[in-house]
Amino acid sequence: MAEPIISVQDVHRSYKNVHALQGVSFDVPEGTVFGLLGPNGAGKTTLVNILTTLLKPNKGTAFVAGIDVVKNPSTVRNLIGLAGQYAAVDENLTGKENLEMVGALYHLPSKEAKRRAQKLLEEFSLTDAANRTVKTYSGGMRRRLDVASSLIGEPKILFLDEPTTGLDPQSRLELWEVIEHLVKTGTTVLLTTQYLEEADRLADTIVIIDQGKVVAQGTAKELKAQIGAGVMEIHPADKTKLGMLAETLKEYHPHIDMPSGLVSFSVHEGSKTLPEMIRKVDAAGIEVSDIELRKPTLDEVFLELTKKF
Amino acid sequence: MTEEIILEKSTSTAHAPAPGGLRWLLSDIYTMTWRGIMRYIRLPQLLIFSTIQPVLFLLLFTYVFGGAIQTPGTNYLNYLVPGILTQVVIFGSIQTGVGLAEDMSAGIISRFRSLPMARSAVLAGRTLADLCRNIFVMVLMITVAFIIGFRPEGSILHVILALGIIALFGFSFSWISATIGLSVKNTETAQVAGFIWVFPLVFASSIFVPIGTMPHWLQTFANISPITVTVNWVRALILNTPAGDNWWQSLVWIFGLLIDFSLLAVLQYGKTE
Repeated sequence: MAEPIISVQDVHRSYKNVHALQGVSFDVPEGTVFGLLGPNGAGKTTLVNILTTLLKPNKGTAFVAGIDVVKNPSTVRNLIGLAGQYAAVDENLTGKENLEMVGALYHLPSKEAKRRAQKLLEEFSLTDAANRTVKTYSGGMRRRLDVASSLIGEPKILFLDEPTTGLDPQSRLELWEVIEHLVKTGTTVLLTTQYLEEADRLADTIVIIDQGKVVAQGTAKELKAQIGAGVMEIHPADKTKLGMLAETLKEYHPHIDMPSGLVSFSVHEGSKTLPEMIRKVDAAGIEVSDIELRKPTLDEVFLELTKKF
Repeated sequence: MTEEIILEKSTSTAHAPAPGGLRWLLSDIYTMTWRGIMRYIRLPQLLIFSTIQPVLFLLLFTYVFGGAIQTPGTNYLNYLVPGILTQVVIFGSIQTGVGLAEDMSAGIISRFRSLPMARSAVLAGRTLADLCRNIFVMVLMITVAFIIGFRPEGSILHVILALGIIALFGFSFSWISATIGLSVKNTETAQVAGFIWVFPLVFASSIFVPIGTMPHWLQTFANISPITVTVNWVRALILNTPAGDNWWQSLVWIFGLLIDFSLLAVLQYGKTE
């Protein structure tokens, strides 16, 4: 088994009274996309800041490409690219100038910086806006320029902290394609996101963290299997009977979805549960318009694991 | 096994200079200074407003108060110009803190901190860019002053030396401003916090008027102010009068502030997370 490109062991970090990270450990194999999933305040950004040498852990160790991020931060900085939560670009410079500036700060020869900037502007469909100041850019364009800036040093490992937050669907799709392309060229990507759809599509491995702790880890498929084989959804004919229906099925720990007018719960053995459930609903005299047994979405896995289901 | 050897190697070079050493440091400072100067080129209003204000001061003080103010040995305009040039660089240095606070809140500092660049270059670049800006505004001011009748009495070399001292004085104030800007992390606060202590300091000095007519307690304060001693020195150079003790007092202030606040600013920059 090859050495992991990122290795995090028992990392703790607190701010004043907040325990942002309380013993997080995981490994990331080289050349994969690693998804760090969690709600706001889960500790995702703190972890990214530690791995990108912006922050020191209180306890535990973190290695990037075999290098200790605490003992040897400057070596780590040569190997990584970071696109943080806020588009970290200079508003007063043009897109091209921004990229060339970051290139210069990676100490690339100016010709090489210019060549890479040109290429990245093309890849991120910013060629037309290359000579405009960033102030005139839309949110999506800034975000793309931000990610492009993090790539100019051709990093071995790219850290993307909520890269698609605030992007329109079109820009999000474009960014996803760029990330997928990067991985094909051998870059390892660690990405944090609140969107399960994003982790599901991009990440080979997902770690779910909540309140500074790892609550689950695995592939999207494995995580989905963790909460059961499927999700049962029952639509009562009369929406006012949602509460009554949930009460009837309370042994399954159901969840009421008011807007969609349905009651849902996760099941482990659908074939057994289905007839049993129908008998109960029948006995309670509730008329049902539709029943569906389907695979769980990552959203449901997420909510289940962070105990908000 | 090989893995361990590689690890040991990289640890042992942890504190060795970066591969590019001094050349990289200078290249980083150059890049960051260029970025700072571009801010003034792309936001010319920053330059225009900070030039209009001292030009107005120069004209108002000369034509409104000038006749009523007794200045020893020379006319008021000649007396005022060394002072107003100093005021220009002091007010200009406030922009250093505002610019840094702007970077902090925009998150671009996080990017810089994650790059293999020298950390000190972020601060050095900003203060050097503001030094260039100050020199530009000074040249503009002195041109206006010439047009309305300012005539230095010292030699050209003395005048150039005086301008150099003023620029260096502004540079040391930029580091104070940088420390403030990094502590407040918000542009509006940086603007207010930058002005509030500078304003009384500028007026309670020999910038606009001889301090002899101030109340005794204020004279005591004005006499030890870094602004008074520096203005007195550059005024002596420009008007070709004896500088007295002002020259060394000014140098002690300039280098004292420069050393203290560059250290404080770097410390503050290291602390920000």
